[in-house]
Amino acid sequence: METLVSKLLSGPVIAINLGLKSFGASLEQQGVEVVQVEWAPPAGGDREMMDLLDDLL
Amino acid sequence: MISGFVIRKNQYYDSVFLMNVSRRMSEVKGVLQTAVLMGSPANKQLLLDIHIQDDQIEKAQPNDLIVAVIAESPAIVENVLGRLNEWLEAIQENAPSLSVKTLEEGLSQKPNANLAVISVPGEYAAREAKKALEAGLNVFLFSANVSIEDELALKQFAAAQGLLVMGPDCGTSLIGGAGIGFANSVRRGPVGVIGAAGTGLQEFTSQVHLAGSGISHAIGTGSHDLSEKINGLTTLAALDALDADQQTRIIAIVSKPPAASTLAVLFERIKTCKKPVVGCFLGVNPVLLNGKPNFQPAETIDEAVRIAVASVNGQPAMPTVGLTEEDLAAIRMEKKRWLPEQKYLRGILAGGTFCYQSQQILRKAGITIHSNNPFDRKYLLADPDRSIENTIVDMGDDFYTIGRPHPMIDGAMRKRRILAESRDPQVAVLYLDFILGYNASMDPVGEMVEAIREAKRNSRQRGGTLTVVTSVCGTEADPQDLNLQMKMLQEAGALVFRSNALASAALCELLGQE
Repeated sequence: METLVSKLLSGPVIAINLGLKSFGASLEQQGVEVVQVEWAPPAGGDREMMDLLDDLL
Repeated sequence: MISGFVIRKNQYYDSVFLMNVSRRMSEVKGVLQTAVLMGSPANKQLLLDIHIQDDQIEKAQPNDLIVAVIAESPAIVENVLGRLNEWLEAIQENAPSLSVKTLEEGLSQKPNANLAVISVPGEYAAREAKKALEAGLNVFLFSANVSIEDELALKQFAAAQGLLVMGPDCGTSLIGGAGIGFANSVRRGPVGVIGAAGTGLQEFTSQVHLAGSGISHAIGTGSHDLSEKINGLTTLAALDALDADQQTRIIAIVSKPPAASTLAVLFERIKTCKKPVVGCFLGVNPVLLNGKPNFQPAETIDEAVRIAVASVNGQPAMPTVGLTEEDLAAIRMEKKRWLPEQKYLRGILAGGTFCYQSQQILRKAGITIHSNNPFDRKYLLADPDRSIENTIVDMGDDFYTIGRPHPMIDGAMRKRRILAESRDPQVAVLYLDFILGYNASMDPVGEMVEAIREAKRNSRQRGGTLTVVTSVCGTEADPQDLNLQMKMLQEAGALVFRSNALASAALCELLGQE
């Protein structure tokens, strides 16, 4: 049975990178398709506001 | 000593970026210390620790950039902080600002994405990983400090969806030739490997490459996967995936000690694998690993590599490869130059798995090792900064890396420790590991070679010699120049070995009785 894991292994890897930009850059250097997300703590890092947002979405 | 700081509201940067800015700023003459960080509670505490305190800093949020400088004069502080835009832009020059702000926006750009690589601060990581899994993405989760409850929930959710969560606290994976995180550039081939040990995976994959074979996939699981609570959920999913994968002909598992109950679960699954399985479970009594169906135990990573490569080549496993006559002669020469009081080893390591494997090998030779991550709790260092007799320190441990760069990306901490150890007249041997590959320091040896020379000089001035043993993990295809790295070590008078197990064998020879 083909699972989402087996699809990943049969490749190619297509990645979304959140966090360290250098991780995305090293994937690009290897010819991997990457979308770099300009990530920042949601709701300015306010935990209560984040929970509220999660509830709304 | 004068200090100053600047806060930039709502200007978020990742920790590696900030480390590079900090490093450049600290190279300015007269600068004593710099701190370039986001305003998270943990980071604000770090500023307090260096006596940088202010109401504005207390009010800063995790999205606010704080740049603090301690220098010899007010003019230097003013100059460095005044040039902040210049510092930020110098690092950012090759990274244009992107419009994608969230995972969802990323997915709309690449609807066929199959992997989320997540390295955001730990407190936000589970939230992002959950969103990725819900969107049908496999997850590589580098972030540490994710609770075990969150890890379990993520992995159970992933299992139900047929997805893989590599991590949290996962440093390395290689999927179909793509190295994710700290990975080495290795040939593709028939050997699949699962690892709950980051540097263990790097060592295994590099050694398979050096042995002329290659890797189908290397799947990191994160350091808690084989705990009783998580019970190997990712390891089991990875076993299923590699068992079904057409490229993979043999499966290896490399890990630190699993929980006994988890090991039993693994053996049940291994029994039914269509492919042979070889396992290096460091720290597990070999008796517990013998006689299991479809399973070949290996005591070291090197041995697991030999078994795996021989198996795919259709040959019997090669006999243990040990030290050469040339190595033994060099070791004898070194020992002859020691003063009578020189008798102890100090290992200052970047790789956690290397710290562990070295202890296992030395213990088998009857040599007691103290450590901050000891093989035997009896030998836990009360203070990681103070070595006792024979000591191997894991400098990638949280004690050293919270709020500071990991020694794999910055050698500053290890340099200081090398010099401190070299001032102890009882020290005979220094052991250092160097780890190459993507995202590691571009010049790990270059960063430390002067400290090695100085340490040797310190010992020579006392009339003795400091023996420096090194191991280099990596391949000639890595972004660093492997041969140049090894040559620099040789020229500095170090003994250079191509694996941690071989270097550990040399340590046994050096420390063993005549």
